[in-house]
Amino acid sequence: MAVPPESAASAAANGGEAAIPKQRTSRDHVVIRFAGDSGDGMQLAGMQFTTESALAGNDIATLPDFPAEIRAPAGTLAGVSGFQLNFSSNEVFTAGDEPEVLVAMNPAALKANIGDLAPNAIIIIDKEAFTDSNLKRAGYQTNPVVDGSLDKFQVFQIDVTRLTTLALHDLGLNNRAVFRCRNLFVLGMVSWLYQRPIDSTLAWLERRFAKAPDLLEANRRALKAGYNFGETTEMFASSYVVEPARIKPGRYRNITGNSATALGFVAAAVKAGRPLFLGSYPITPASDVLHELSTFKNFPVYTFQAEDEIAGVASAVGAAFGGAIAITTTSGPGMNLKAEAVGLAVKVELPLIITDIQRAGPSTGMPTKPEQADLLMAMYGRHGESPVPIIAAATPSDCFECAYEAVRIAVKYMTPVFLMTDGQLANGAEPWLLPDLDKLPPIKVEFAKDPKGFMPFAREEETLSRPWAVPGTPGLEHRIGGLSSENLTGNVSYSPANNELMVRTRARKIAGIAREIPPVEVFGDQDGGELVVLGWGSTFGSIREAVKQARAKKQSVSHIHLRYLNPLPGDLGDKLRRFRKVMVAEMNLGQLLKMVRADYLIDAFGCNKVQGRPFKVSEITNRINRALEG
Amino acid sequence: MATALTRKDFVSDQEVRWCPGCGDYAILAAVQKAMPEFGIPRENIVFISGIGCSSRFPYYMNTYGFHTIHGRAPAIATGLKVTRPELDVWVITGDGDGLSIGGNHLIHVLRRNVDLRILMFNNRIYGLTKGQYSPTSEVGKITKSTPLGSIDYPFSPIKVALGAHATFVARSIDVEQKHLGEMLKRAHDHRGAAFLEILQNCNIYNDGAFNDLSDKAIKAEHQLVLEHGKPLVFGKNRDKGIRMNGMRPEVVTLGNGISESDLIVHDEKNLSLAFMLANFEAPMPTPIGVFYAESRPTYDAAVNQQLEAAKSKMGPGDLKKLLERGDVWDVH
Repeated sequence: MAVPPESAASAAANGGEAAIPKQRTSRDHVVIRFAGDSGDGMQLAGMQFTTESALAGNDIATLPDFPAEIRAPAGTLAGVSGFQLNFSSNEVFTAGDEPEVLVAMNPAALKANIGDLAPNAIIIIDKEAFTDSNLKRAGYQTNPVVDGSLDKFQVFQIDVTRLTTLALHDLGLNNRAVFRCRNLFVLGMVSWLYQRPIDSTLAWLERRFAKAPDLLEANRRALKAGYNFGETTEMFASSYVVEPARIKPGRYRNITGNSATALGFVAAAVKAGRPLFLGSYPITPASDVLHELSTFKNFPVYTFQAEDEIAGVASAVGAAFGGAIAITTTSGPGMNLKAEAVGLAVKVELPLIITDIQRAGPSTGMPTKPEQADLLMAMYGRHGESPVPIIAAATPSDCFECAYEAVRIAVKYMTPVFLMTDGQLANGAEPWLLPDLDKLPPIKVEFAKDPKGFMPFAREEETLSRPWAVPGTPGLEHRIGGLSSENLTGNVSYSPANNELMVRTRARKIAGIAREIPPVEVFGDQDGGELVVLGWGSTFGSIREAVKQARAKKQSVSHIHLRYLNPLPGDLGDKLRRFRKVMVAEMNLGQLLKMVRADYLIDAFGCNKVQGRPFKVSEITNRINRALEG
Repeated sequence: MATALTRKDFVSDQEVRWCPGCGDYAILAAVQKAMPEFGIPRENIVFISGIGCSSRFPYYMNTYGFHTIHGRAPAIATGLKVTRPELDVWVITGDGDGLSIGGNHLIHVLRRNVDLRILMFNNRIYGLTKGQYSPTSEVGKITKSTPLGSIDYPFSPIKVALGAHATFVARSIDVEQKHLGEMLKRAHDHRGAAFLEILQNCNIYNDGAFNDLSDKAIKAEHQLVLEHGKPLVFGKNRDKGIRMNGMRPEVVTLGNGISESDLIVHDEKNLSLAFMLANFEAPMPTPIGVFYAESRPTYDAAVNQQLEAAKSKMGPGDLKKLLERGDVWDVH
């Protein structure tokens, strides 16, 4: 953990003496959290700081954490929006357990976050926001800045509001517009503190405010004023340098999970040589995929904002019938509504991807917070026997590969596929080594053309996949539907034996996908050991970091991460049985755990959390330690 | 198209399984008869249905067909039509499928004006589930689920369609084969969402629901056949008409100083008139024909125009460029 600047306090106390050249202190990583009212622009400041850090060559992981309300009452705990970033000269797996730096724009932001901070953390506050009324709104009886309760931290009180106002005084902006530039002042100041170049933010401002020159100038000035303030003020005795991480050579960009998901779908459609169709209804935290895809129309990408979740998936089923790469995006509550149409796609065997960007439930739950409690719904949440492949992404950039793979499997096996991500992956960001497009696996789409002997439910020998016969093809006119249908012809059939044949054939088709799932990779003891931690989805980073730390302590702990949840990899049972103990860590009450116990009769146990927050590394470490003792 | 198609080309090899005497047979016959006249190759025709007696329809048409889920056919058809605008897509639905469970999709597909032909078979009853009242059943109706009489106020499909600002709204009757054929042609020729309500007799659960309109002895006194540009005349002897009395329409008998020039002249492009006609209830006659028809850009065409515009502005999609959009950096 980082050590605070040794001389900062004395430098602040000695303000007025001649400026001495600032020293630069080296750090291998920093965990910083920006926090303020949901209208204070903390997400923006965080994202820009992330871009600056990525461009500076650090490895990064982020954790945005914001309320569902657009503008909760100002100054209240409910309205606090936070953005956490871990930037490092080493490989990072999580956004960090404990921030070493907190930027708190008001008392509520301080109060909501102080419990998470590392010992001796740096706290930067906007001094003028700590008014009696703001303190009262945040529930403070006395001002924590003066009552001694922050003594174990390094507190920097900055006149952010006043300094921003001064910097913009001659622009003729109203108070509200000036107030809204405070985040740029803070971003500038923190950028100096960690020696981040602000060029990318300046360029971003120019794009963002291309049509509003006065706001562009205001934001630019605030950013630069903050940067210069950091350099000039004697409050900060040192700035910090986090050297670039040694990461794999290549071209990188910074990417969020939702962007990667959108790009993965476009890449798959391009590879398949078919248009992409998204039918979707806005829902947090999935809507950004709709927003992003709606800007890619020239590929071509069709985006249809439907009247409801059902129409979202139903329109995608229609587009799939017509030969498009058809997808729908949603989150938990929408998943329930789509279930019937997914069942139809299972029955008529059309390719379709249902993306569930999971959030904390049940019901509306905590819409902006992550959870992994939809796994069993994806597995079993339909009427009848209707198996559907499930793929889950581990990190923001992994969403690209998983979206691509979901399409590949859907068209190869003529089946709906679930792609599972969550709110943490959706909004979290990391550097992404851009893939070599020529090396992406092929996605082959061959429509049926030949009327001779055509049967809509004849099957390919290996995959058991049926032909994709799209309207407009002469001689292949046929009817499909939800009613039980005869093998080969697809004609309506109520034959009991035929029904069982079809149900079993579809189940075999999905189970057969396991043939091409790569062998399970064990991080750690290949031949087995004391404990293996099994995980899926966004818990990857926390688990990997905890297991790495355990192994550094010579504990016999390994990690298996699953991308494929249905079917499970063929060698999973065998690999798990090599360990004396199997712990399944997931953000639910034990859903993969149930699957593993049921499929392999292994007495696995859970490590579970449903707080709408990712696992801290320490939480998994503690559970590992207890398991090893037990 | 190589050779002209006939009615038989549109008959599938599947046994039709509606109850003997069902009005759906007549509708199927009318559609199969009308199809060859449209001159569309069979492979470009798609019938999409929801759930209910009417929704078995696609199995009996030798075209592409998709029997889907309850109420969702308009949404499924939208996805198909938007991505495959060259196809001739028909939606088959009923009063339960289209106005109850699928009411939401119906109003949205109409307001968007997706270029679909939507045939709603209205028999004012749930047939497939064996006789419960539907959203078009009249108040007081005794059914299996309303032994004391229905207390649900019914929808008028025509008013729902007009309220959703559909661009083509018409009504016909299963047994009026000639009129039905004409309406199918009008619906087919329309660009945009064409809504055709077909009054259909369910001889098992709601027999005679439209007797006034189908019984040869009395129907002329109850049917008001709408024809664009013609006065609203009806009656066996064509001696009755509709005229405005101030702001209200009334039935008048021709003669005694009242001539056709006193009557309302039907105008398909007059939305207010369409609403007024849709409100006709006994003792007014029941209008059949085209209530309303207007030309408005179709949703599917507009979507594809946006795609084309984006392509000509930005060029065809370039995946590499897309991935490298924004800030990128190289690590050596």
